[in-house]
Amino acid sequence: MLDKISDHLNFFQQSLGLRAKKVEVIASNIANADTPGYKAVDFDFGKALQGQLRASQSGLALATSNERHLAAQGHASVDDGGLQYRSAVQPSLDGNTVDMDVERAAFTDNAMKYQSTLTFLNRRISGLMDAIKGGQ
Amino acid sequence: MSLSNVFNIAGSALTAQSMRLNLVASNIANAESATSSTGEPFRGRHAVFTATPVTADMPQVAGVRVTSIVEDTSPFRLKYEPGHPLADERGYIKMPNVNPVEEMADMISASRSYQTSVEVMNTAKTLLQKTLQLGQ
Repeated sequence: MLDKISDHLNFFQQSLGLRAKKVEVIASNIANADTPGYKAVDFDFGKALQGQLRASQSGLALATSNERHLAAQGHASVDDGGLQYRSAVQPSLDGNTVDMDVERAAFTDNAMKYQSTLTFLNRRISGLMDAIKGGQ
Repeated sequence: MSLSNVFNIAGSALTAQSMRLNLVASNIANAESATSSTGEPFRGRHAVFTATPVTADMPQVAGVRVTSIVEDTSPFRLKYEPGHPLADERGYIKMPNVNPVEEMADMISASRSYQTSVEVMNTAKTLLQKTLQLGQ
């Protein structure tokens, strides 16, 4: 039963994790906006999410040595490591490829999407709570 | 946890940028210091930024650190002032190689980067708080 609840929330859980990772990556780009030779990095959110979901479906099963042990599925957390360098809009002489406008836009966009994912997740949880309470 | 790393990354940027602001202040304050403890005129100083990874698993995601402070090696400005006690036989004194225009531009750049990092931190804080309220 808990498996089903976990499955119900899995998509948004993975998505939220990746969004948090993206916040970190873009924060790193912004922090290094003035570092000579720093190359801005980012990852493809769609591909990373698909990879995570595929990995979580072929999840890790709990090892059981007795028939009374509970069977449970865990989600393998894969670090996709798919960080790629951004191609510079305006390359600068010191080798830095951070474009502040691009990064700020990406950061705000990502923060908004993080919040929307949170809202979706909250609605899922309240839906489950309604079902559990039986409309009381 | 990804979102807590954002505080480390943006925090390192704040430290580095405020160090840069300090150097700008010191350069501008000493723009007219014809002599210093070394006996030579004051030389402009600049911070060298280096990207430093915050987590071992993602070395490309980095904070920033001031690894060294270099002195400007460009020639001193010569000023004709025969009455000055430090003037040479032709009546010139060596003045610091600080260019106030460059310093002002550097100051604006540093303060903008500082502001952006503060914004990043604020956004990360909001996201974390909303995540903590998940399911309530």
